Amino acid sequence: MADKATKPTHVEEVKVASRLLRGSIEQSLADPLTGAIAEDDTVLTKFHGTYQQDDRDVRADRARRLLEPAYSFMVRARITGGILTPAQWLDLDRLARDHCQSAIRVTTRQTFQFHGVVKRDLKTTIRRINDMLLTTLATCGDVNRNVMCTPLAEASAVHRAACAVADAISDGLMPKTRAYHEIWLDGERVTPEQEVEPLYGPTYLPRKFKIAIAIPPWNDVDVFAHDIGYVAIEENGELAGFNVLAGGGMGATHGDPATYPRLGSVLGFCTPDQALAVAEQILTVQRDYGDRTERKHARLKYTIDDRGVDWFKAELESRLGFALAPAAPFRFEHNGDRFGWQCDPEGLWHLTLFIPGGRIVDAGERRLLSGLKAIAEVHSGEFRFTPNQNVIVSKVAEADKHAIEALAGSHGIDAGQTLLPFQRDAMACVALPTCGLAMAEAERYLPEFLDRVAERLDRHGLREEPINIRITGCPNGCARPYVAEVALIGRAPGRYALMLGGSRLGNRLARPFRDNLSEAQILEVLDGEFAAFAAGRQGDESFGDFLVRTLLRDVPTWPGASATNSASS
Amino acid sequence: MSVSILKKSPPAPDERLLGELNGLAGRLDQQQLWWASGYLAGLAAAASGAATAPQAPATAGAAAVRPTWTVFYATETGNSRGIAAELATAIQGLGFESRTVDLAEFKPAQLKKETRALFVVATHGLGEAPDGTEPFFEFLLGERAPRLESLEYSVLALGDSSYEDYCETGRQLDARLEALGARRLAPRVECDVDFEESSAGWQATVLDRVKADDADAHGAAVQPHLVTVAPASYSRRNPFPAAVLANQPITGLGSSKTVRHVVLSLEDSGLTYEPGDSLGVWPTNPPALVGQFLELLSLDADERVVLGDDSLTLGEALAHRLELTQLGRTFLAGYAERFAVAPLQALLEPGARVELNAYLADRQIIDVLADHPVSPSAQDLVEVLKRLTPRLYSISSSLAANPDEVHVTVAVVRYDAFGRPHFGSASNFLADFPTKPGATVPVFIAENVRFRLPADEAPVVMIGAGTGVAPYRAFLEERDARSAAGDNWLFFGDRNFDTDFLYQLEWARMRKQGLLGRHDVAFSRDQAEKVYVQNRIRQRGADLFAWLERGAHVYVCGDAKHMAPDVHEALLDVIEAGLGADRAAAEAYLETLKQQHRYQRDVY
Ligand code: SRM
Ligand SMILES: Cc1cc2nc3c(=O)[nH]c(=O)nc-3n(C[C@H](O)[C@H](O)[C@H](O)COP(=O)(O)OP(=O)(O)OC[C@H]3O[C@@H](n4cnc5c(N)ncnc54)[C@H](O)[C@@H]3O)c2cc1C
Ligand SMILES: Cc1cc2nc3c(=O)[nH]c(=O)nc-3n(C[C@H](O)[C@H](O)[C@H](O)COP(=O)(O)O)c2cc1C
Ligand code: SF4
Repeated sequence: MADKATKPTHVEEVKVASRLLRGSIEQSLADPLTGAIAEDDTVLTKFHGTYQQDDRDVRADRARRLLEPAYSFMVRARITGGILTPAQWLDLDRLARDHCQSAIRVTTRQTFQFHGVVKRDLKTTIRRINDMLLTTLATCGDVNRNVMCTPLAEASAVHRAACAVADAISDGLMPKTRAYHEIWLDGERVTPEQEVEPLYGPTYLPRKFKIAIAIPPWNDVDVFAHDIGYVAIEENGELAGFNVLAGGGMGATHGDPATYPRLGSVLGFCTPDQALAVAEQILTVQRDYGDRTERKHARLKYTIDDRGVDWFKAELESRLGFALAPAAPFRFEHNGDRFGWQCDPEGLWHLTLFIPGGRIVDAGERRLLSGLKAIAEVHSGEFRFTPNQNVIVSKVAEADKHAIEALAGSHGIDAGQTLLPFQRDAMACVALPTCGLAMAEAERYLPEFLDRVAERLDRHGLREEPINIRITGCPNGCARPYVAEVALIGRAPGRYALMLGGSRLGNRLARPFRDNLSEAQILEVLDGEFAAFAAGRQGDESFGDFLVRTLLRDVPTWPGASATNSASS
Repeated sequence: MSVSILKKSPPAPDERLLGELNGLAGRLDQQQLWWASGYLAGLAAAASGAATAPQAPATAGAAAVRPTWTVFYATETGNSRGIAAELATAIQGLGFESRTVDLAEFKPAQLKKETRALFVVATHGLGEAPDGTEPFFEFLLGERAPRLESLEYSVLALGDSSYEDYCETGRQLDARLEALGARRLAPRVECDVDFEESSAGWQATVLDRVKADDADAHGAAVQPHLVTVAPASYSRRNPFPAAVLANQPITGLGSSKTVRHVVLSLEDSGLTYEPGDSLGVWPTNPPALVGQFLELLSLDADERVVLGDDSLTLGEALAHRLELTQLGRTFLAGYAERFAVAPLQALLEPGARVELNAYLADRQIIDVLADHPVSPSAQDLVEVLKRLTPRLYSISSSLAANPDEVHVTVAVVRYDAFGRPHFGSASNFLADFPTKPGATVPVFIAENVRFRLPADEAPVVMIGAGTGVAPYRAFLEERDARSAAGDNWLFFGDRNFDTDFLYQLEWARMRKQGLLGRHDVAFSRDQAEKVYVQNRIRQRGADLFAWLERGAHVYVCGDAKHMAPDVHEALLDVIEAGLGADRAAAEAYLETLKQQHRYQRDVY
């Protein structure tokens, strides 16, 4: 034990030996005897934006047939702020149909994933994503991931400015290794020995690193849940700067109290042109102080808690060479998407469409893939992925509204109208069958679970109540469940840990309430609390607030759960 | 070199030695230290005639018959693996042989050979066995499981008491082993997520048993397993009724075809075989096929017919005695003559060879009856049909690796043509074989002395497409069992990588273990241009020729129509290039190989 704690993890050894992320990926891709790649290469391909997975639905059956698991690859793209042109959308659609099971998965970080790409199609797929002027580099792995930015802001000037900052940060924190171009794009070969990673160094970060920008009053990015959160501060229609938050994160491990979700701590305020430097220096502090001996303890949130926020702020400011200004006040209204049409000050329209489970496919009545393709063929504005797995058709001229709406309608795509508020705000992670870490269903289970919840809400006259429900297949928290009002965290097939009492603003952690419950047991708890809520709610108090005031009064919350809805305190 | 240190040094080691030891100790983690202590103890024992190692048997010779303690584990998140490694190291620390084995990689049939087994198994899902170990548990809990009287064991079950089926897998295993006659050395211990303590307790108990283990008493148990060879009274004419122990598809879901792995029992048959031999199977024609005949000719299954000196019903005759599928010249002639079918008689004229072959090529008997209806009587029919013949299947197992079993690899013949379904007789008989206990398949061994492994040290090149790979599974199992030193190279071809890579996991294990040194595959339908084994052979030409020059034996098995001739041509190309000579020289070279039995083919 004792010596284990001082030994760098195997992943660290792999990184060191990888010659800036090359490893033996090319040999692995060329090996015709298996659909998999070498074990150490699976660590490295993540940095390149692709994960080896296998179809867990058929795992046991194939083992019986003496066949290796049905290996395939998940490929994740990088789209700062989640913005695509219609032309890019059409390429995306074609690629999905050619190699990626005719499906596009919108993620909780405003980008898309393909699933089921077989090894022999992997290089082509990644090359074609690059042909779309996108990349998959650094969408996974121990580096800075896709940078999020509230996609829809009535204040479009602020949105533009914020996106520009997001772009600068995303580019500024990109790895510089040429390995990606050599392996996937047949780029000319350079000798790794002569290469440098100026910012990251040869071992990159101890762990994944995430950044999001929220534009109040919308907290759709769940700005408290990321290693760095920026809260845009507006002054008469312009972007004045950002409140800087650090040390947010969701991941935890069942039964391991040393791991926990944490909300970002407010450090202060910076101007737009300081934002990149701030991100760089927070990253270098984490690079130098993050725990490389235990992956479960390697995120920035632990680096900060181990030494204290004050130490962290001091270390950061000494590296920056300037002090952060005091945080400015801000208010959030909620952390969901706003479906249907919104108009921006320039008079352009934005239509937020509901994508069930974030999965863009043709399935029966709902022909999302074809529908969005049809829209892309006539649309001249933008597409935007939301942080809640939905899609916005952005910048539509008044005159074109009808045509776009008609296309969506005729393909069975819903803008939220036909759903109950709690249903369209709900989120689930991918989980089974592709996610190797899933312990229970999530995306595939969400719809039926919500239907059962709807029945319970009905009983107590709460149909229209917007209650934020999220499900993940394991405690890693990919759908940011720990900030939801009701969260199911997968434990085993059909079994979930139940978390209650987050806020609808994404600024309070739900508390562990019961462990290892069946659906029946969960519905029983909810039914009871809905009844109590209907009877005892004060004013327009939200369900989460109600639970915190009543049921959860004496239920302990997590460590580091210290966030506030305004910077003043 | 550490040996010499120990020998020379006095009982109390001097400063320098202590320094060295401490230096070493500093560099080892806890497990390595355990191991080292055992290693050094072992050396000490060896160096001083074992007298110093307390529990060691009196004579150094006896140490040899000490059985190996195999520590099996079934894990998903690694806990069990960790514990197993710990325990094995500790056992070695006592100077005993021990190894760890992942049940996900273990060939269940081998369990019969174990005498000392310690199991560390986790439960996952909702009371299920860890991923990958399902085949093992299905085997053990299933009919096919052997008696395990010579096995002594104990089980450590890992689990999480918050689940209903707490430690289910461990419990099932323990109960089943007992039921199979194995002897429980120490009671099962179940541990919760905080398993360290209870695990340590169990290990302590088990280690006591290990110490107490008296090798001589078990000497017999560890003698190599021998197949008792009774006079082989069973034969083609007198087939052995073999129970079906397993019968499972091994092509993946969505494959363009179905290939099945069928395991039959030879227990108490006295039958033995060599790798390269085939298994003869007497089929019963599938009911659907028999039905097709009766319906087409509107005949009654219960009508009595005479066949030789037997009188039986038409249904019985068609099901068990008559050839209903394989279409040959003789049947066609008999049919044409007896019923005066002019067009067929024309087809049988000496001048019409080409047409005849074309006609025979893709037709079965049913097609002839349909093309040229003559409404025969039941008796006419049985008289014109040939007697049913057994089918042969290359044996895909080695007796040494699978005592009392014979495995075959069967491609199910089922296709539509001429507007009707067609069924292969034996392959469908086996594919749909009823799982009810007591049901048996009439089998016999068809020796094939022309398809034999060479001496252990000779290199072997095995070329097969589809089910043609079957005998190579037997070859490699055999070479493994004999620890044959010769290199092995397998060329395999089929349609699609995802579904048709027959025995993929087993080859992978053999590669990992170093048994299968080279492995080339060709999947014809995964890309625009078709790729076959012969293409791979040409691509590897230089190396392949080098192997031939080193005395390699070359085997070809599978399709006779296309694969075998194409491979033959490819080999000639390779040799021609290798020799830098002309075709004639290449042909002579290959001819010599044949004569030296270094180029053997089993094609069908
Ligand atoms: C696709 C996505 C969920 C979704 O339904 O949209 C996702 C899917 C996976 N996440 Fe995640 N994560 C996704 C957002 C998140 C978020 C939310 C966010 O970033 O806003 C979190 C919580 C925030 C955080 O990071 O703390 C998150 C925390 C994790 C963790 C836990 C990290 C930790 O600190 O403990 C893991 C496991 C790990 O890293 O070891 C993980 C790992 C995974 C993997 C790659 C499983 C694996 O490592 O083998 C999942 C792939 C499943 C599949 O088949 O696609 N994912 N993951 C999201 C992709 C975002 C993106 O485009 O980059
Ligand atoms: C030495 C030897 C080893 C063998 N090893 C194996 C082995 O390991 N695995 C294995 O699966 N088989 C093996 N075979 C082949 C096997 O013996 C049978 O021939 C095969 O299983 C078909 O038998 P059946 O009774 O199912 O079909 P049958 O009742 O014999 O019907 C087969 C007939 O159907 C027709 N036919 C079959 N397929 C088609 C088609 N696609 N299109 C048109 N007509 C068709 C042909 O006329 C063929 O004669 C081996 C054969 C030999 C001689
Ligand atoms: C998804 C999952 C399901 C589990 N299901 C069970 C179960 O049904 N019964 C049980 O006793 N333990 C169950 N466990 C607990 C494991 O058996 C326990 O964690 C054990 O230590 C794992 O050992 P391993 O690391 O060797 O796989 C489960 C664990 C996981 C992660
Ligand atoms: S939360 Fe767990 S199950 Fe869901 S996608 Fe993330 S890692 Fe997989």
